[in-house]
Amino acid sequence: MIRLDNLTKVFDTPDGAVVAADHISMEVPRGEICVLLGPSGCGKTTTLKMINRIVRATSGKVFLDGEDTSGLNTETLRRNIGYVIQQIGLFPNMTIEENITAVPRLLGWDKARYKARARELMDMIAMDAEAFLKRYPSELSGGQQQRIGVARALAADPPVMLMDEPFGAIDPINRAVIQDEFLKMQAQLNKTIMFVSHDIDEAIKMGDRIAIFRQGKLVQYSVPDELLSAPRNAFVESFLGEDRALKRLNLVRVREVVSGELGTVNPGDTLATARERIDAHGYRDAIVMVDDHRRPIGVISRDTASSRQGYCRDHTRGLPAIVQLDDDLRKVASLMFAHDTTWLPCVDETGRLCGQITQRDMTHHLGSRYRSHRREPTANGEQPRGD
Amino acid sequence: MPIRSLSSAVRLGAAVVIFVAGVWAQASGLIDDFLFYWPDVQYLAIQHLWLTAVSGSLAIVVAIPLGIVLSRPSVARWAESLMQVLNVGTTIPTLAVLALSMSFLGIGTLPAVFGLFVATLLPIARNTYVGLRSVSPALKEAAAGIGMSPLQRLLRVELPNALYVIFAGIRTALAINVGTVPLAFLIGAGGLGELIFTGIDLYDTVMMLSGAIPTALLAVVVDLVIAVVAFLVVPRGVNPARQR
Repeated sequence: MIRLDNLTKVFDTPDGAVVAADHISMEVPRGEICVLLGPSGCGKTTTLKMINRIVRATSGKVFLDGEDTSGLNTETLRRNIGYVIQQIGLFPNMTIEENITAVPRLLGWDKARYKARARELMDMIAMDAEAFLKRYPSELSGGQQQRIGVARALAADPPVMLMDEPFGAIDPINRAVIQDEFLKMQAQLNKTIMFVSHDIDEAIKMGDRIAIFRQGKLVQYSVPDELLSAPRNAFVESFLGEDRALKRLNLVRVREVVSGELGTVNPGDTLATARERIDAHGYRDAIVMVDDHRRPIGVISRDTASSRQGYCRDHTRGLPAIVQLDDDLRKVASLMFAHDTTWLPCVDETGRLCGQITQRDMTHHLGSRYRSHRREPTANGEQPRGD
Repeated sequence: MPIRSLSSAVRLGAAVVIFVAGVWAQASGLIDDFLFYWPDVQYLAIQHLWLTAVSGSLAIVVAIPLGIVLSRPSVARWAESLMQVLNVGTTIPTLAVLALSMSFLGIGTLPAVFGLFVATLLPIARNTYVGLRSVSPALKEAAAGIGMSPLQRLLRVELPNALYVIFAGIRTALAINVGTVPLAFLIGAGGLGELIFTGIDLYDTVMMLSGAIPTALLAVVVDLVIAVVAFLVVPRGVNPARQR
């Protein structure tokens, strides 16, 4: 758990005092990723760096797991916080092994223990220990270097991690891969993480919570869905972009929207039966055909069912596409556009049909949040919009 | 392969010239003339190297800590101006430095070592300072961020990463040093300068060359030795000579 209490930083510049962070108070619950987001110069990085005293706070306190850190010695404090920076900062004079065991060696672990830890970490970041441990940072690609950077931060298993735009310098394709790997790791490690980003999409993907900063002030601190559906003011709204409703598609899984009832036919049913079921369920254009294990294998269109005779197995069309319960709505919307359809069958982990998802359901699900917010604009005692 | 045959022709030609020169040197008795000075060369070369070793190691021992201190953020305000003072120091010709130190310290080894020390100091201090200053801020931040103390940061991160540049400074400085030692003869400290200057005074070319050639060879050998030490000491990850 990270708690900031009125953390303030004032820089003295030749042009007078500049308040880089103005009484920042916030709390990140244990095991969550909090993304600090905002335009450059908004104070997000300053706030992050005050936690491990790379920047000295002018006033205010930092609590880690309930403990006031102001009494701790700076080196002790930093050794208990994982730190990843955008420039990666691997030590070029040290091998990969020396780099990732830097903190354990500072903590005085014995050789066998930190060597074993190095291998464990390489497994964790899915890199081959034999091939890489003895190499030097300059021999690695940018993406590999940042994986090592993350491993170095995790080496002594600190409960808290600070990440300053960690994936900012990596090309988009590798960035997405590393983000996914990192989230997978985090699901097991449950670190409490503060993560600075200036990329709204990264924030939505990585953050359990998002804190929006502007000119040294914390403007809004909420879970991504709330941020996107109820931005606190015009600044947040414009920062999130015109397409923020679409960004919410990333946050919702099929599981939350899928409707369970779905009429089907078997290959052995007649087209007349298919026609009856289409009418009974009120489907507009087609019905799904499943095999003995309820796996979807095709569709019977309404036109075929009403104009032809025979068995379903002889008159199927291929399925447009299938979605999984854990897919996000962004993928579903994309598939719907690609196949020019307003509904898609949905299968569970074993491939069995478990329902369908329609454009109406999606619109309705996303809209429900806006409707509820419009009814109670000052929920949670927050300020109304446009302050 | 015209280029290849051309270069092998040049190589063959050079070998022939060297061989002819050798034969001529032997026939004219020049080699015997040089060998006449061999005991002097041995004695003076050791004296020469001793002057270099003492003044050079003193300079290293003083200049590296000086460069380290100047590179600390707390003295950053005065560092550049102090470097300028040292720069002015090197613009004074070494001969003048030797003359000045002679007027304070008298004649003999002591003023010579002092003069050589002053001449050697700056390149090492300058390169230590520049090398440490050019260690990337991200690296220093990472070192601080993982909880290294200021001393650990210096020893484990900053110095190893600046070492290649520091060694470049030592190489330059010692090359200057070995080349300047002959002047030490002028204030009575001996060295191969004794043969060179006496040879010039006596219009004795063989005597002069028996001082000059070993001086040149010593400079090359010292430079090579330092290059080898740098190759071995600078960590492979930051050693351009050892990158694969």
